[in-house]
Amino acid sequence: MATPEVELKRLGSEYAEKYGFRDPEQYVFKARKGLDREVVEQISWIKNEPDWMREFRLKALEYFLRRPMPTWGADLSELNFDEIVYYIKPTERQGSSWDELPEHIRRTFDRLGIPEAERKFLAGVGAQYESEVVYHSLREELKRLGVIFVDMDTAVREYPDLVKQYFGTIVPPNDNKFAALNSAVWSGGSFVYVPEGVRVEVPLQAYFRINAENVGQFERTLIIVEPGAYVHYVEGCTAPIYSAASLHSAVVEIIVKEGARCRYTTIQNWSKNVYNLVTKRAAAYRDATMEWVDGNLGSKVTMKYPAVWLMEPGARGEVLSVAFAGDGQHQDAGGKMVHVAPYTSSQIISKSISKGTGRASYRGLVKVHRGAHHVRANVVCDALLLDEQSRTDTYPYMEIEEEQVSIGHEATVSKVAEEQLFYLQSRGLTEAEAMSMIVNGFIEPITKELPLEYAVELNRLIALEMEGSVG
Amino acid sequence: MAEHTPLFMIENLHAGIEGKEILRGVNLVIERGEIHALMGPNGSGKSTLAYVIAGHPNYEVYEGRILYKGENVLELPPDERARMGMFLAFQYPTAIPGVTMANFLRLAVNSVRKARYGEDKALTPREFRRLLREKLEMLRMDETFASRYLNEGFSGGEKKRAEILQMAMLEPEFAVLDETDSGLDIDALRTVADGVNQLFNPNMALLVITHYQRILNYIRPHYVHVMLDGKIAISGGPELAEELEEKGYDWVKAQYAEAAS
Ligand SMILES: Nc1ncnc2c1ncn2[C@@H]1O[C@H](COP(=O)(O)OP(=O)(O)OP(=O)(O)O)[C@@H](O)[C@H]1O
Ligand SMILES: [Mg+2]
Repeated sequence: MATPEVELKRLGSEYAEKYGFRDPEQYVFKARKGLDREVVEQISWIKNEPDWMREFRLKALEYFLRRPMPTWGADLSELNFDEIVYYIKPTERQGSSWDELPEHIRRTFDRLGIPEAERKFLAGVGAQYESEVVYHSLREELKRLGVIFVDMDTAVREYPDLVKQYFGTIVPPNDNKFAALNSAVWSGGSFVYVPEGVRVEVPLQAYFRINAENVGQFERTLIIVEPGAYVHYVEGCTAPIYSAASLHSAVVEIIVKEGARCRYTTIQNWSKNVYNLVTKRAAAYRDATMEWVDGNLGSKVTMKYPAVWLMEPGARGEVLSVAFAGDGQHQDAGGKMVHVAPYTSSQIISKSISKGTGRASYRGLVKVHRGAHHVRANVVCDALLLDEQSRTDTYPYMEIEEEQVSIGHEATVSKVAEEQLFYLQSRGLTEAEAMSMIVNGFIEPITKELPLEYAVELNRLIALEMEGSVG
Repeated sequence: MAEHTPLFMIENLHAGIEGKEILRGVNLVIERGEIHALMGPNGSGKSTLAYVIAGHPNYEVYEGRILYKGENVLELPPDERARMGMFLAFQYPTAIPGVTMANFLRLAVNSVRKARYGEDKALTPREFRRLLREKLEMLRMDETFASRYLNEGFSGGEKKRAEILQMAMLEPEFAVLDETDSGLDIDALRTVADGVNQLFNPNMALLVITHYQRILNYIRPHYVHVMLDGKIAISGGPELAEELEEKGYDWVKAQYAEAAS
């Protein structure tokens, strides 16, 4: 892919300036701190939801309260559920043109370049600010083809049958503590429906923005790709920098039907005070393809393992994961492939980079159920350490219950070689430029899969991380 | 009258690695428009000298100065030296996986151009592509090299050509070529040498490190130096290279040992 002039020089402006700015808090409604039945009921009431959804939430709350904090992954001991605000309604209503938004919110998304990206290369955009989606659009021709791209709350109201049929079926509320939390307090997120045979050739994008301190964002996304259809959904996210922790805990459920293909790309760039604990899972049916492209650069702690359940013969799953752990960050990322049916295949490619006190872990599972013969699965995880201090760990779990399968696994850990740095520097690149070039080369197998705009964005974010880190 | 400043000058350079002294008092003066050849047996310190000139961080300098355009560059990091117009063609170029030649060169060429000719002298993507195509052609390299990863999977000879391609793109004023001829087949040697000759101009200078007379038939040196044991033992004109080709190094060693005792 084309690294642009990388514009490294100008990138002295750090996260703080580009993404870390904050608006004054001007809200229609802000829940009190902490979580209990009353807060959940309040959210449901404000949203004027049907009973089944309120019941769903309350049940999920019980699961959440009952489940212990997971201790098998990243350190979550400093995460205090009582200090978090679980729901903030930023505006009275959603806009379908940017002009309809309150001035400060519109400016925020302007600064983040969303309207511009929409004009240039997107088929539809959803923009979430705190708990609600404040803007939504979809190109007319796609609407005419029957494509639905709305926020999840609207979907509950306008497409109750579809939602009821699939909501919570791929990630049940009791799947894990954070899925339970999301199920109890979810708000916003996207609902995407692509009818049979329709190919959405340009990406749909959702952008998630947290503005307030000490808040939780719990969007819920459901994507249904009917037989033979195709969609590429992209999400991005940022937040201001605060000293107190914020929590982002999303659930994403995807159904990819026969012969369909779905690609889900994430460029996660939360500020370094955000706990990012996300459950993402897809079910792929006969000859369907599900691809997760997952770029994790921001956050304090990320735990995220996008999964594909390969339900019928011919299904294919892919996870391409890039994680960058800078000082103080822990990226615990990877992927899960569950082969339920025979003749299914999967690939996980993980590239992690650790810098300074940063720690990047690969955690992944390949599971082959009994009866799922002729499965092919391949896992490649490469770790790159940028200095003496940084660390990486690999937890590649394999649960193979069938004999006639072909499973490959490779893992490498490498350090940025001094010779490489010297070679590039001897051609006039500064140490930071040389370092980002080496890192961008390392993740190239993944960036080359992205549309140019996102590949450039990813490389740019890495250059940003590299600035001020060396020299 | 202002004192004359040579383009490049080494004064009493002592340098080594991990406390082990390899260069033991090197002196050298190179003027614009000159080509110098540096020869000498394996392990005598030629590449070490090349690395120290380029600023490899692993090498320690114990004594002496390296003056480029009158400025002591020993304090400068390698990238600043490059941006001042210095260049090293590596004996063993390093592979950078995932980084295409074109992307790398564009960043390199533009940082060097901006530093040397001014901020507004960066090439547009279009100008850059044209220049790259032209230089690839000059070195008879396939256009696909532009999109290949830097030195990755290059054959020995391809790596050497790629080094000269970089030199052609960066237009240095002072270049050290460390055994660029070794690993090249007969035709390639000629192509690369022709390329270097085309790049050469009276405003620049070259230090060509080699074991063989052959490349010096194409790239005619004004001076030939022989390095022995970390010092320049003997210097002469082009005829010295021919003599060495014929007689080997033993006589230089003997002569040098005598002079030293
Ligand atoms: N990194 C290093 N660690 C230890 N010794 C080194 C290192 N680099 C160079 N040397 C030693 O320094 C001496 C000079 O090496 P150098 O590579 O400069 O020789 P050279 O003249 O370029 O030889 P050749 O003609 O084989 O390329 C050798 O004895 C070599 O082993
Ligand atoms: Mg050598």
